[in-house]
Amino acid sequence: MRNTRRVAAAFACLALALTACGNSNSGGGGGGSTTSAAAGDVSLPDLAGQSCEVAAVWSGAEQANFTKVLTAFAAKTHATTKFTSTGDDIATVLGTRVKGGQPPDVAILPQPGLLKQFAAQGALTEASADVAAAVDKNYSRIWKMLGTVDGKLYGVFFKAANKSTVWYRAKAFSDAGVQEPKTWDGFTKAVQTIADSGTVPLSIGGGDGWTLTDWFENVYLRQAGADNYDQLTQHKIPWTDPSVKAALTTLGQLWGSKNLIVAKPLQTDFPTSVTQVFSDSPKGAVAYEGDFVAGVISSETKAKVGTDAKFFNFPSINNSPPAVVGGGDVAVAMKGGTCAQALLRYLASPEAAAIWAKLGGYTSANKNLNVSNYPDDTTRAIAQALVSAGDNFRFDMSDQAPAAFGGTPSKGEWKDLQDFLANPSNVNGTAAKLEADAAKAYK
Amino acid sequence: MTTGEGAAAPGRRSDTGHADSLIAGEDASPATTAPAGGVPSTGGAAAPTAPRPGRRAELAPKAWVAFSFLFPALLLLAVLVLYPILYSVKRSMFDALGTHFVGLSNYKDMFTSPDTRTAIKNNAIWVLVAPIVVTALGLIFAVLTERVKWSTAFKTVVFMPMAISFLATGIIFRLVYDADPSRGLANAIISEIHDVFSNAAHYPGGRPRGTQVLTAAPGGGYQTTASVSPGGTILLPLVGVAADDLPKNAQDAIAPSARSGAVNGTVWFDFSRGGRGTPGSVDRGEKGLPGINIQALQNGKVVASATSDGTGRFSFRTLGAGSYTLRLPPGNFAARFAGPTWLGPTLATWAIIGAYIWIWAGFAMVLIAAGLAAIPREALEAARVDGGTEWQVFRRVTVPLLAPVLVVVIVTLVINVLKVFDLILILSPSSSQASANVLALEMWRVSFGGAQNYGLGSALGIFLFVLVLPAMIFNIRRFRREQQ
Repeated sequence: MRNTRRVAAAFACLALALTACGNSNSGGGGGGSTTSAAAGDVSLPDLAGQSCEVAAVWSGAEQANFTKVLTAFAAKTHATTKFTSTGDDIATVLGTRVKGGQPPDVAILPQPGLLKQFAAQGALTEASADVAAAVDKNYSRIWKMLGTVDGKLYGVFFKAANKSTVWYRAKAFSDAGVQEPKTWDGFTKAVQTIADSGTVPLSIGGGDGWTLTDWFENVYLRQAGADNYDQLTQHKIPWTDPSVKAALTTLGQLWGSKNLIVAKPLQTDFPTSVTQVFSDSPKGAVAYEGDFVAGVISSETKAKVGTDAKFFNFPSINNSPPAVVGGGDVAVAMKGGTCAQALLRYLASPEAAAIWAKLGGYTSANKNLNVSNYPDDTTRAIAQALVSAGDNFRFDMSDQAPAAFGGTPSKGEWKDLQDFLANPSNVNGTAAKLEADAAKAYK
Repeated sequence: MTTGEGAAAPGRRSDTGHADSLIAGEDASPATTAPAGGVPSTGGAAAPTAPRPGRRAELAPKAWVAFSFLFPALLLLAVLVLYPILYSVKRSMFDALGTHFVGLSNYKDMFTSPDTRTAIKNNAIWVLVAPIVVTALGLIFAVLTERVKWSTAFKTVVFMPMAISFLATGIIFRLVYDADPSRGLANAIISEIHDVFSNAAHYPGGRPRGTQVLTAAPGGGYQTTASVSPGGTILLPLVGVAADDLPKNAQDAIAPSARSGAVNGTVWFDFSRGGRGTPGSVDRGEKGLPGINIQALQNGKVVASATSDGTGRFSFRTLGAGSYTLRLPPGNFAARFAGPTWLGPTLATWAIIGAYIWIWAGFAMVLIAAGLAAIPREALEAARVDGGTEWQVFRRVTVPLLAPVLVVVIVTLVINVLKVFDLILILSPSSSQASANVLALEMWRVSFGGAQNYGLGSALGIFLFVLVLPAMIFNIRRFRREQQ
């Protein structure tokens, strides 16, 4: 008798506790009231009580900087924001979450190919009219097209990258008596001279396959031309095309020359490949990658961008016109709801871009962003080059390709180019493997 | 209730069965003669061997009572284990998006893909090597620390890695295995030891500029293209010498002067700061390279050798008439030994197996030590009295008595090893992941990586399941045997 009463009491308590948990957070939002801040700032709804999760590949310095943007958004709207870093494998992490029905509110995808994939799966929410208007106002046509699938706008390009910048340690260049090269031949000679002066010149982050794809695309764009570039991007010409083999040969000549690359590039990841050039006991003189290198330099080394660390534009090949291969991170809404759309609206504004611009390591494609927001002449030059590149701007090819080919670690283009770096004379074999992997992924 | 226990006791005699549904760290109470506390042994070891059938039927719980107690567990098993297996079999027969039925073509793709073949090969290496090494190490630790006073402390320390998640272990070992001696612990130790025993080359990376004066010699090093006779001079310009490698006694290089009967030369760092100066001639400010070993060859045989001084000059005074080629042996220029690339494509699997052993040796040791404690001391004493050495006692008495525990450990590890995934994902850099690939990792990449091919992923999952089945069946058979 007493036992049953005790048991009943326990059950009652448990039931009470469960109902208490269940009721929290429902209807806590303040509805759709709009609070606009100072005139000229973007107006956003009040989202008190709502929370937004944002997932992106950024970690380290980039994560810290983006979190400041989120903090500003939270201050304006009283929403709570949470940032999740997925690492380079964002295709895999998001794929799992989408399948499991637990996507983040907003995801920032590094590849338009991934955007197309998720849109095809129905995992994205179309941008609201507000957001579309903001994109029309702040970006040029090409950026809107890149975020659109089947006529529906999904994405806002919050961060852009100029991937045609070659960074170098100024002291190594002056010790060797080398000037910033403008042509590929000049570049090879400069690198050879630095090697002769006793410094192994090239620091390549081959442990991360995507750095090698950027090398290839810059060479290919300049050597084969913009039309071939577009065709290869859509796989209208195969990877065994002579133009591809020519680009691989050019690259192979550089990578195959003895003594030009700092030891064990395939075991070196991208951040290490930059920090080792600018550290106190430096290894290497030249680190090629995009403008985000500046962010790594300023946050993880003592070198100063503009004096110790400088850049020059990727050299032209056979008198090619100035061209920029670039990238961008596109923010998409993966869940319906006001918080996600409000965040997209905020990210499309010059105000949000200005926050990160001041911190360095960031370039915006937002044409209404005042370039005085950039912290120094270097970043200002990079950003201006990007925004005014106009028709000669091409989005990173591997980011436009299906993720299975252009965006997965240790598979597809990333892996094939890593194998090529290990064996730079094997041009035909590499081209054949690239074509085989592309054929599987593009169907 | 005592009636229930009495009936259940016969089935509980084989307490080593506990070890198989293992949550790490659970001690297996030894079986046989010394029941380790806990289970009331009134009914236990002394249970009647053939209980009278009528009495047994009264004592046993009614069938529906047993079923209703087991039902929640059975439901969970059906939903979480049985249904996914059946669904995976079905899903593996459809294509990537799940719309078309493709029969066995996913399995065909699986077996023809080189990635899968590498994965199968690596899984085979894992299964053959890891459980045996872990068990052997556990056995050694257990036996050696059995009677030592500090055995508990030692066992705690060896067992601690099991408390760390595999992810954390992967990150720790990334730091240990980093190929750069300035970052990786293993290579730092190896290169230090190597440098103690061998003379480091003076100028790693030194080499001639172009091939006019010096070319690569057969057998390594560099050799002059032109020959030189006594009374002549020769210049040997080198580049690629790092500023850190120039010793303190290096002075400005001086061009050699001719002297009859001797061959004089200068070997120096032919690079002027700022790129000024003429390549091939000794310019002001260019430093000589002291300490370089130069050999004079006649008809391919070394007849004399000399060393350069602080200004880079060297002199062969004892050569007879004739023409000689000069050679700079490779010992002058060998690159600094940096240690093996632990996480490169060839060594990655073995390095990761090393990390695995570090984690699981403690598990094997704890289980085997418990089994060791259950061995009757009389048997060992008898063997020693009969004149057996420690090694003979170990080999012929201890190990056979431990056989049940060893089998449990090995089978558990085999099942565990077939599923290894996170260690390889974390430890190997993406350039080596294809060579270190295993089936579980391949399944994850194919399903959730860019391709999102759930059909192929399910096929891989079913294949992995089929591979684990023999070990499971073996285990179940062993359960049954011990229960009889």
